[in-house]
Amino acid sequence: MKSKENTVTQVLSHAVCIIFSLSAILPLLLLVIASFTKNSWAVTNGFSFFPKELSLSAYTYISSQWALIGRGYLNTILVTFAGTAIGLTFSTLFAYGISHSEIPGMKLVSFLLVFSMLFNGGLVSTYYTYINIFPVKDTFWAQVIPNLMMNAFNVILIRNYFTNSIPPSLREAAKIDGASEYRILAKIIIPLSKPILATVGLFTALAYWNDWTNGLYYLSQRKGSQYFTIQNILNNINDNIQVILQNASTMSKMGTSVADLPSTTVRMAIAVIGLLPILILYPFFQKYFVKGITLGGVKE
Amino acid sequence: MIKKKENGQVKKFRFRQALPFYLFVLPGLLYLLINNYIPMFGIVIAFKKLNFAKGIFGSDWYGLNNFKFLFATKDAWEITRNTLLYNVAFFIVGTVCAIGLAIFINEITAKKASKLYQTVILLPYLLSWVIVGYLSYAFLSSETGLINNSILKPLGLEPVNFYQDKTYWPYILVFFNLWKNVGYSMIIYFSSIVGINTDYYEAARIDGASKWKQIKYITLPLLKPTVITLFIMNVGQVFRSDFGLFYQVPRNSGVLYPVTRTIDVYVYQALMKSSDYAMSSAASVYQSICGFVLILAANAIVRRYHKESALF
Repeated sequence: MKSKENTVTQVLSHAVCIIFSLSAILPLLLLVIASFTKNSWAVTNGFSFFPKELSLSAYTYISSQWALIGRGYLNTILVTFAGTAIGLTFSTLFAYGISHSEIPGMKLVSFLLVFSMLFNGGLVSTYYTYINIFPVKDTFWAQVIPNLMMNAFNVILIRNYFTNSIPPSLREAAKIDGASEYRILAKIIIPLSKPILATVGLFTALAYWNDWTNGLYYLSQRKGSQYFTIQNILNNINDNIQVILQNASTMSKMGTSVADLPSTTVRMAIAVIGLLPILILYPFFQKYFVKGITLGGVKE
Repeated sequence: MIKKKENGQVKKFRFRQALPFYLFVLPGLLYLLINNYIPMFGIVIAFKKLNFAKGIFGSDWYGLNNFKFLFATKDAWEITRNTLLYNVAFFIVGTVCAIGLAIFINEITAKKASKLYQTVILLPYLLSWVIVGYLSYAFLSSETGLINNSILKPLGLEPVNFYQDKTYWPYILVFFNLWKNVGYSMIIYFSSIVGINTDYYEAARIDGASKWKQIKYITLPLLKPTVITLFIMNVGQVFRSDFGLFYQVPRNSGVLYPVTRTIDVYVYQALMKSSDYAMSSAASVYQSICGFVLILAANAIVRRYHKESALF
């Protein structure tokens, strides 16, 4: 009787999980298959999991447009690196400062951080600030500074780690040995906080990698497009496929006629290219990622 | 605080000790100033008749007129309704699915399989909304979409022009929101379930309780605090919407606005597409203030009834 219930539970659980897993993965699979479908076949028969005619022309076309897409990639990498490095530095220093609430003024500083989560000026005045008061429009920093650099929630996670997981006796011992605060932070606190810093760094990097709104708000098509990340390029192509097709003349040099432009499948191919690094890296960072979600979900 | 007036030396000494910490928080404070606090004062734009030649602070006061204009349009009601109802639907559907899924995953005895399911179901969370926009297009497009070509056509059904037809959008948006986020909430609930003391289940088994009874009387009641915490966080965000979802998935189709446009999309369009500072700032300030009031109210209520779950 009992073992029958167990078997039923196992079968049911696997069935539910398989359904959810398939619905998570099948849309991605469709995207990949669509990008390898022959354009003319896709135009008449639609995207399908089982296309009758395959082709690499979408990818050949992308490689001919590598100047645009390669630059997008390079920008994504630079933005992600710069944003994560600066953001993590600011957040760690800030978190260490407010973890010392006995210092006069630090309670106020903590309050300023928490209040920034509760109330914000909204898009219009933030936009106005970054256009007029602290102008970043059409510069590289438009991708790095607004909105993403220091997430208050992440700062609180780091502060909690400092106060809960690092024994104060370590700091006191170092102090007696005459170490300065800077040394203590660099040689004791940070090395001991690697797990939380890795987790927060990962979340920050992912936010930068996937961001497309900063480019949308603060980079203009005319003057700022050299800083477009791969997500901005994808977004523009979604609006207007002409962005990628404007260099149709290069196609004729390659010996293909403009009518053969894989305009339908090339969108899918670019989306696949935007997706690829995450798919490749995911198995490696998955562990830290899951840990980060668990930390964030449970209030300390 | 130690006696401050005793002599200057003590104070100076303490300041020198504290100095490194002030230096540590300085960059972050400057960032908060630029990114958060200056924009907070910027909400005065909503009460001004903005004139770029005079700047924000030089422009003439306009009272509540911008808000009057906003609420005179039917857009104001529409975007508020959409924002609130979608948030409610997302929370209910998301919580039910995530808890259900977490319970099923927890039942699975094969560790490797359980790990694999978690990894796969979390994957959509890592994608950007732009990519999700492409995915949804591959399914929904009227010319090349999978649904029209490979499902409706073989069944002999009329094709659906999804981007021109409002009927299905509430379901489509709920689906894609669930698709992207269910893995994340599932992990949160799963970790809560794993943290439940196994003695409870042991005792229940000895008493002959079925699996369903164990779930109903042990797992679900013990998940309540997590649900409450996530609920308050959501109440505070109920005037906000995920701009990416509502901008990318419906592909900015005007016909769909009545069921897809939220406050965030409206503000973006009024600001960037029509440069209408009056309307966009009024809508944006209306959103900020309602959100703020709701956070405070939700927290006050929780403090009263369930103090441990209060956020502050």
